[in-house]
Amino acid sequence: MTKNKEIGRARRRIEGELKVTGQAKYAAEYNVPDLLHGYIVNATIVKGKIESIDEAATRAVPGVVDIIHHENRPKMAYFDMQYSDMDAPPGSPFRPLYDAEIKFHGQPIALVVAKTFEAARYAASLLKITYTEEEFDVNLKTNLDRAKKPSMGLATLIKPLPPGPRGDFDAAYATATAKFEGEFHHGAQHHNPMEMFASTTVYEGEGKLTIYDKTQGTNNSQLFIGNIFGLKMGNVRVIAPYVGGGFGSGLRPQHQLVLSVLAALCLKRNVRVSMDRSQMFTYGHRPETIQHTRFGATADGELTAVNHVAHSETSRYEDYNEVVVNHAGMLYPAQNVTLDYKLVPLDVSTPMDMRAPGGVTGMVAVENTMDQVADRLGMDPLEFRLKNYAERDHSSDKPFSSKELRECYRQGAESFGWKDRRPTGQPEKRGNRIVGRGMSSGLWDVIALPGKATAEFNAEGKLVVSSAVNDCGQGAYTVFSQIAADQLGLPLESVKFVYGDSELPLSPIQGGSYTTGVVGSAVKLACLALRNKLFKLAQILDGFPLGDALPQDVDFMDGEIIVKKDPTIRVKLTDVVAFNQGKPVKASKSNIPNVFKLKQYTRAAHAASFVEVEIDEQLGIVNVTRAVTAVAAGAIMNPKTARSQILGGMVWGISLATREESLLDKKMGKYVNDDLGEYHLPVHADIHDLEVIFVEEHDEIINALGAKGIGEIGMISMAPAIINAVYNATGKLVTALPLKVGDLL
Amino acid sequence: MQNIPPPATRSVSLRVNGKPAQLEVAPWVSLLDALRHDLDLTGTKKGCDHGQCGACTVICDGERILSCLTLAVMKDGSEITTIEGLGQPGNLHPLQEAFLEHDAYQCGYCTSGQICSGVAMIEAGHGKTREEVKDLMSGNLCRCGANTNIIDAIMAVKDGNHE
Ligand code: FES
Ligand code: FES
Repeated sequence: MTKNKEIGRARRRIEGELKVTGQAKYAAEYNVPDLLHGYIVNATIVKGKIESIDEAATRAVPGVVDIIHHENRPKMAYFDMQYSDMDAPPGSPFRPLYDAEIKFHGQPIALVVAKTFEAARYAASLLKITYTEEEFDVNLKTNLDRAKKPSMGLATLIKPLPPGPRGDFDAAYATATAKFEGEFHHGAQHHNPMEMFASTTVYEGEGKLTIYDKTQGTNNSQLFIGNIFGLKMGNVRVIAPYVGGGFGSGLRPQHQLVLSVLAALCLKRNVRVSMDRSQMFTYGHRPETIQHTRFGATADGELTAVNHVAHSETSRYEDYNEVVVNHAGMLYPAQNVTLDYKLVPLDVSTPMDMRAPGGVTGMVAVENTMDQVADRLGMDPLEFRLKNYAERDHSSDKPFSSKELRECYRQGAESFGWKDRRPTGQPEKRGNRIVGRGMSSGLWDVIALPGKATAEFNAEGKLVVSSAVNDCGQGAYTVFSQIAADQLGLPLESVKFVYGDSELPLSPIQGGSYTTGVVGSAVKLACLALRNKLFKLAQILDGFPLGDALPQDVDFMDGEIIVKKDPTIRVKLTDVVAFNQGKPVKASKSNIPNVFKLKQYTRAAHAASFVEVEIDEQLGIVNVTRAVTAVAAGAIMNPKTARSQILGGMVWGISLATREESLLDKKMGKYVNDDLGEYHLPVHADIHDLEVIFVEEHDEIINALGAKGIGEIGMISMAPAIINAVYNATGKLVTALPLKVGDLL
Repeated sequence: MQNIPPPATRSVSLRVNGKPAQLEVAPWVSLLDALRHDLDLTGTKKGCDHGQCGACTVICDGERILSCLTLAVMKDGSEITTIEGLGQPGNLHPLQEAFLEHDAYQCGYCTSGQICSGVAMIEAGHGKTREEVKDLMSGNLCRCGANTNIIDAIMAVKDGNHE
């Protein structure tokens, strides 16, 4: 095999110039001719029925073309299954404009279509709707007695429910020397990618559509639209090369997609529908969750008892579930463990995966509880974790495919200067601020899915690789190009990666940190198959230039096949294409995970974060002044973009711990801070010194690349480490995120 | 119901990226929508339409402004520079180049605003220290969390040690 030159090399993004010059186009930026603009009208009640819609004032606005709602919409599919998508939880998916029933506040109920955006927006504000209201309940805390087990479905395949109990928790907890019992809470959060959801649907004639959509899966949007409107899949083309942030919000097709298609089909015109920022709070969110933990340890610091229970909200129509409580039993070898995870259906829209879904929620409770137990033992938090280091996953009794968490602890602690941490209650002072230091572990399961890619080598000497996959900023395009280049020994400039189009080889939705592993492995396999094909063709070129050389006897380098023993024997790849009558030589390959082999291992990325906070003693303001996150995630394809991914995750951790929350007014049943002024995200002035360390880790098991993925892992250990650092400084454990100024006064 | 008369359009003359641009717009059209739609300059982004994110930042008569909070008709006679005017592929502004070098973007959606904001801040001579630059750039949100790389890129250009 040719040695990797590109994989592992820090490379600028291949689409970088387009992004920094404003040339990269996002869904709402295709200014096609004769474009109509749709504006969504949202329900102002939480639960009930639409009684009447008075269109008069809306129709009177010049430029209004149509008003579409449940009474006049065209035919839509009947069966729940037809509304399913690649990320749909078990249940009955929401159908925009389907009938008069209102299921959650802000539900889209009508679309006003006009010649200009301004007219549509104004006219939408004039639509008069009357409702019959029903009593609703959005209060998680007061409904815990209604909690139920999540239903099983496709989604629970990659998000397993907690394993059954092991050992005897009650007995172990009763006899533990050091124990802590805690309750942890965070409210809902919304993804709020910078780009608001939009779809520009181009009506190409009888039942044929091209849709520029904001989505994390072009094939997902295509299947969804094809099914709902009974269109031939080949007639629905979804294009999404650039996506202004997803973080999970684009894993399910959003309302504006259905509405723009509905209008385009009704009017036989091109229609764009964009959401406004408050409408970005009317679909999925990270669910409000309440967790209880009870951990107990022996006097010498052995963690013996673990109990972790979580209650999350879901909607009344779907059982959204995530993996919240499974990780303590994987991270630590405690022998007496009981775990439970339940859902409480409420009158809200179905929650959705949001960066590190479940994983970060659970880790906050686990790692904050760990520090409390360490505190009661009088043990250093890092020492306590090392004492309870799991060499094997005791929760499933399997080995890890690889696990370099110990190195994360070591390198992270060293770079951070963990040894300077002071015991809790004796903080260092800096002016009017006190300093705290905290750490946390992190874990994210590696998910394996099938994916497909096509590779072809053409007469211009270019390797063209394609997949329907898209990239919301993770750096996937660059990484896939690097992977491809190495398989044929080509310089990066000779690779062209074609992406973000449902007509290309099928890709799963991109999320869960699995895209590099899934699609990247398919790219590798397709390129290797192409290499093989090129070699076979080269063997039969006129004069048999390669003689009796076998595949292992040659190198592919800079566009040539070179015989290792006699490097003067070379065949140009472009000559092979010429021999193929000038037609590109092409290979397609699917990456089908070897489930049998994978099943024998626990597969996870690990991390450790070390954080310093400064707290203003008078004002209670917390500032994360310094943080180091060390990550063990298998092979790192591109250290430059990978570092950015981890930095982004760290900022998300800071945000989760100290800034963001969607405030749900329980009486009104709506999120009251539904804009970027009131939904607090960290700004530049909030973000200080962040360091990323990638720990070397080799994994032959997980996939063809040995890459575990890095989208979530950077976030998971940050939030708990911040809360532990705050405890270290103040002796106060904050259990409701985000921490508020008043918590520390 | 009586028909509401359409808002009368007005002529607005701008210079956008060094070239004259003539608009016929209704008074309720924001400068942002006029740029993105009427002039097809979609490099300027809409992240909130409410002056809360900075994605729509453009440089107007040398100052950085939020084009979503500005009506196009307010800017008759003004000189506007958008991201497209700062540089193009193959001919980048030093700050665009620094963004590539420092990987100061991920999804790219806040990027135009960050760069326009950074360029105007540097040209106005503001931001003496890294801390000051962070404060002065805090009107530009980045949900991808590219914050430290963005500030690194700006500092590199400000201190003149970019390539
Ligand atoms: S779009 Fe103008 S500040 Fe957000
Ligand atoms: S790069 Fe995505 S919001 Fe800043």
